[in-house]
Amino acid sequence: MIRRKLERRDFLKISVAASGGLLIGFQFPRISALASAPSSSALGASTNSFMPNAFVRIGTDERVTVIVNHSEMGQGVYTSLPMLLADELDADWTKVGFEPAPVDPKYNHPAFGMQMTGGSSSVYSGLQQFREAGAAARAMLIAAAAQQWSVPASDCRTESGAVLHGSRKLSYGQLAGTAAKLTPPEHVQLKDPKDFKLIGKPIKRLDTPEKLNGGAVFGIDVKLPGMVTAVIARPPIFGAKMKSFDDARARSMPGVKKIVAIPAGVAVIADTFWQAKTAREALRVEWDEGAMQNFNTSEMMHQFRERAKAPGTSVRKDGDVATASVAKKIEAVYEVPYLSHLMMEPLNCVVDLRADSCEVWTGSQFQTIDRANAAKVAGLPPEKVQLHTTFLGGGFGRRANPQSDFVVEAVYVAKAAGVPVKVIWTREDDMQGGWYRPAFLHAIEGGVDASGNAVSWRSRLVGQSIMAGTPFAAAMMKGKAYDPASVEGVDDLPYEIPNLTVESHQAEIGVPVQWLRSVGHSHTAFATECFVDELAGLAQKDPYQFRRALLQKHPRHLGVLDLAAQKAGWGKPLPKGMGRGIAVHFAFESYSAHVAEVSVEDGNVRVHRMVCAIDCGQYVNPGIIAAQTEGGAIFGASAALFQELTFDKGRLQQTNFNSFPVMRMNECPSIETHIVDNHEKSGGIGEPGVPCAAPAIANAVFAATGKRIRKLPIRMSEAV
Amino acid sequence: MIAFSVNGKHIDLEVDPSTPLLWVIREQLGLTGTKYGCGMAQCGACTVHINGEAVRSCVAPVSRAGGKSVTTIEGLSPDLSSPLQRAWLEEDVPQCGYCQSGQLMSAAVLLREKPKPTDEDIDEAMTGNICRCGTYPRIRKAIHRAAEMVAKGGAR
Repeated sequence: MIRRKLERRDFLKISVAASGGLLIGFQFPRISALASAPSSSALGASTNSFMPNAFVRIGTDERVTVIVNHSEMGQGVYTSLPMLLADELDADWTKVGFEPAPVDPKYNHPAFGMQMTGGSSSVYSGLQQFREAGAAARAMLIAAAAQQWSVPASDCRTESGAVLHGSRKLSYGQLAGTAAKLTPPEHVQLKDPKDFKLIGKPIKRLDTPEKLNGGAVFGIDVKLPGMVTAVIARPPIFGAKMKSFDDARARSMPGVKKIVAIPAGVAVIADTFWQAKTAREALRVEWDEGAMQNFNTSEMMHQFRERAKAPGTSVRKDGDVATASVAKKIEAVYEVPYLSHLMMEPLNCVVDLRADSCEVWTGSQFQTIDRANAAKVAGLPPEKVQLHTTFLGGGFGRRANPQSDFVVEAVYVAKAAGVPVKVIWTREDDMQGGWYRPAFLHAIEGGVDASGNAVSWRSRLVGQSIMAGTPFAAAMMKGKAYDPASVEGVDDLPYEIPNLTVESHQAEIGVPVQWLRSVGHSHTAFATECFVDELAGLAQKDPYQFRRALLQKHPRHLGVLDLAAQKAGWGKPLPKGMGRGIAVHFAFESYSAHVAEVSVEDGNVRVHRMVCAIDCGQYVNPGIIAAQTEGGAIFGASAALFQELTFDKGRLQQTNFNSFPVMRMNECPSIETHIVDNHEKSGGIGEPGVPCAAPAIANAVFAATGKRIRKLPIRMSEAV
Repeated sequence: MIAFSVNGKHIDLEVDPSTPLLWVIREQLGLTGTKYGCGMAQCGACTVHINGEAVRSCVAPVSRAGGKSVTTIEGLSPDLSSPLQRAWLEEDVPQCGYCQSGQLMSAAVLLREKPKPTDEDIDEAMTGNICRCGTYPRIRKAIHRAAEMVAKGGAR
């Protein structure tokens, strides 16, 4: 989501005052700062529990509860972050549980200065925080035992939820009461990685059991006494305004409580979802269609293509493309469409608004901002608003909306309802509601010298900015005339090409856009990794070896590239009609390479096998890493093969899974994940599996058919 | 008045008979393990059993359940003792988890009808259930594993 390259000090300057009246400062909570934890009653703890810092509570019943400040949206943070803490604590893993953190500055993301989940950064940003919190708790439990036994703390050791001294043993639960009276240490000693008992092991996820019997509570499952349900009739075209509405029929339908105009549209409030949805169908709304009424995506792409003919804002310039001595050159224009996040759980939000408080239940990735925006609408100071983070039925960036669209409108509805309300988006509402991955056009020209060495590369990208207009614009764009999120992944192209230029054109279009899993990398990797293959073709070299030669100074790129190629059996013959393609990419501090094997029959591409190599440095849970890498490959393959949002006369043409398909079981290839074992700095894992999928598949299609893919989703009729 | 049973419990309900079974289960009966995903039988998140048959409850009017026996994820085995749930645990299948109720309910019918499913059987039975997180490879492994458990007689 938000890229890591952002310098931390820039966040000092970020204020979301514009959106919510809350000033966010940078802070990196150290142990001492964490000592003043939220009152344990606020977290529902018993008075007998020991809560040495904001991240852990140990009960006299031996339960170790890890309070997790990142949202669980499938990426496993309710397991990997507790593992970090429990390992340093020497906890008995069978006693470890998790709890979502309330909204509180103590739970801010160390780098972003606000509570949020994104950028594939939960584990690497929490690494120090959670380990220190566990180590501090352990030191206090040792001190409590040492006091009780009147022995030096240094003579005590810990093991599986107990402090030991000789043959004596006190469990953490037995020590909780005494330890709670001690002062947290200023400094803690962290384990030597060779002593890790949990970190690095494929520990089973803690949240699996409740996801197998219907027990897990997602936002859409929240129930409050006296709660009503609402759906909203939103504008059919972005920017359209409600002129008038006729609710004569809808108002008298069963269960309908109220129909009311709010800034987002017209809210239909009823006893149940089905009643609200049925009444909405009977509602007649007149819209002033506004400036986007003739918007059409194929025209937009045509304009993008024209624009790419002129130089854009300079992003990167190595050498001089104009004077490079090129023997053979090639030009390719890559296009990718708008994409929907399409989480399985459509957007929803529950609000209980009282005169002096507001409680919100939702699957949020942006707690601080959502709280601030909710407070503004509720007319309350942010501290009077609490946001309860539920399980997220997928996030992929959509639940991190800078304007908190799905939270803000629910607060408006709650104001009108006067009782607790749940706003549910239908699948169609969710798909048509905007905040898409922006469409992009990426024109590349490049050439090789007489010996087939790549000597020249010019990338020109045209597309909408994600950051512009958000509270992050000032910090993220840093006075640059381009959005780094538009060009990430090509601005740091690792290939040794002496003359290399990257230029950006920012398009101004009234379609709301947002970060979607792997953000800019989701399209830059497609264009760059396909073009590297085209250059290899120009040089008459093997695509894998061609990359190797250009990556000699990048050992970690080479590492994953070699691993994927070797495990996939690169170079070994495939059955007739099949092809193999390769891609490598760096994103979110991790290195990834994929090899795809495909066949093409009657114009249909079938992916048979994907071999993924991932280097995310020191890793925490290889089971989760494999799951994220596989899931990322499938997410990327879905986009490559099937997905496209198109507009005609301002209206989105897609409504549901039948018009915006997701890869299904019968289409899913066999996928292998190979993890590089090293102790480098940890990187992300939620997003790095996505970018290589599309180019690996597209390059495999070329190997199988001799046709180049320059547009997603892949259609053989458009191959060149 | 519609009468049916849900997870072995008799239910009498005053409800518009055209209301989809999904919303009756979720809102009237409070069983929220069955999920809404698409509302048009595209994604399978709402899969329940009516008299043992896998049904997309988002498009099935509640009247269709009249006099019949409905099983939801909550009725599969609350203590996670079914071979499928045990296999799902061993393969650590769920990511976000939202689609998994439907996946399990579809897999339960598959295993009953084909105790030793091939990969093709799995494709056929599970293709109506979308997982946006991409847990398909693990679902496939877990179904094979559950089938092995049943074959070994280690489970019901």
